[in-house]
Amino acid sequence: MPPTEHISKAFEADLEETRTRVLQMGGLVEAQILAAMRAYASGDAAIVEQVIENDRRVNGYEVAIDSACSHIVVRRQPAASDLRLIMGISKIVTDLERMGDEAEKIARMARALHQQGPQHAQRFPAIRHAADTALRMLRQALDAFARLDAAAAAEVLKEDPTIDSEFTSVLRQAITYMMEDPRTITAGLEIVWVAKAIERIGDHAKNVAEQVIYIVRGTDVRHTSFADVERELSKN
Amino acid sequence: MVSTTSVRPVSAAVPAPRAETEPDPAPKAAARGLSFYYGEVQALKNIDLVVHEHRVTALIGPSGCGKSTFLRCFNRMHDLYPGNRYEGEIRLYPDDMNLLDASVDPIEVRMRLAMVFQKPNPFPKSIFENVAYGLRVRGERSRRTLADKVEQALRAAALWDEVKDRLEEPAFNLSGGQQQRLCIARALATDPEMLLFDEPTSALDPIATASIEELITELKSRVTILIVTHNMQQAARVSDYTAYMYLGELIEFGRTDELFIKPKHKQTEDYITGRFG
Repeated sequence: MPPTEHISKAFEADLEETRTRVLQMGGLVEAQILAAMRAYASGDAAIVEQVIENDRRVNGYEVAIDSACSHIVVRRQPAASDLRLIMGISKIVTDLERMGDEAEKIARMARALHQQGPQHAQRFPAIRHAADTALRMLRQALDAFARLDAAAAAEVLKEDPTIDSEFTSVLRQAITYMMEDPRTITAGLEIVWVAKAIERIGDHAKNVAEQVIYIVRGTDVRHTSFADVERELSKN
Repeated sequence: MVSTTSVRPVSAAVPAPRAETEPDPAPKAAARGLSFYYGEVQALKNIDLVVHEHRVTALIGPSGCGKSTFLRCFNRMHDLYPGNRYEGEIRLYPDDMNLLDASVDPIEVRMRLAMVFQKPNPFPKSIFENVAYGLRVRGERSRRTLADKVEQALRAAALWDEVKDRLEEPAFNLSGGQQQRLCIARALATDPEMLLFDEPTSALDPIATASIEELITELKSRVTILIVTHNMQQAARVSDYTAYMYLGELIEFGRTDELFIKPKHKQTEDYITGRFG
């Protein structure tokens, strides 16, 4: 990225502030997912309430950052890397907001699950692993955004198959669980929905990473294979 | 779940915007190793650039980068001052002639490649006579032909409806934007192949600017257009190709969309994003 600064200090400040807010929003979403997973493990109603309440802040960030992007487009007519940054941010905040929604869903489902009894959640360690993978992807994607590092963003894409196979493994376990004892079907379905929400978080983290590659390189890598992405990044 | 198998880029599955896929049209003109000197001072350094037919090519760059100097080479304006010197050539197609060759008559060149300047500069004559001027210089005497050609040129310059009942009024009675369109009509009257615009809207308000830009877009079906502009948004709005110049050199040339979204050179990036170079 160009290390030089804009001649307009106000423009420089506007861009910097918007980038900072994206990272704040990302941090909040990360905290929301962590809290939702704590609620999943413990069934703590207070945490569930907190996650639901905090999702309003996530939504607020989305609206505020989008509005800042419109503001910059109107006042500055950004071009080249500035344009790609604004376009990318506008898409990234949508993915972050969706991740926030998934965290809220997990929290609500955790509450419903624990109403069926505390034992169900403990039976699925693969859920924990999937959540760890999803969180790692989100942190890496945000880190790649903060440093505008396309190679680091590509690492996130590499993780997507991991989370997909973890989801498949939860699904298989849940099916077995429900077949063994049909009284666990309601709980088993909640487990599947939680796993699906985690898998979606991974997908959104991947989208964020793809936008980082677009911002840095100007290449749209959505819907391409990882091999294509690597080939693109090896070009100068 | 997202498949991890290799897939073709999805952009191949839907038609891309026309502007991104259409091949470059044939060249209308091409600078080849063009250098230019104001006396001892070298203002252009070995420029190679193709101007595509029926397209708008914008020249951008900071003041003093040579973009107006380059534009003026195309109609031999520099010949008007002693001590100026060209090296290299500008080929005009399909004739494949070198515009800069000493055997080529500069007056003929200026008929074929007409210039529109920054400030509207109508002659102190009537609206009609301004447009008829180039035709009269060419020896056109028939009143009928003159009237027809003047009307055609004024229509092409989107000025006819505003002036058709006052053709004998002095051109200075027109507004700034109308005067500029009159200058475009004057340039069009001799049926040029190329129009050269040197910052044609810098003296105009936003409405007049918009009408000139609209006109430029309409005119490219008739002529090939080369435009110098200080306004990068204008280059982005009206041009198909953009050339970025700096200190007499051509730094980058490419399709306008690409150059403004993903420039190849850091110098271009710094200039179009408003950074210290």
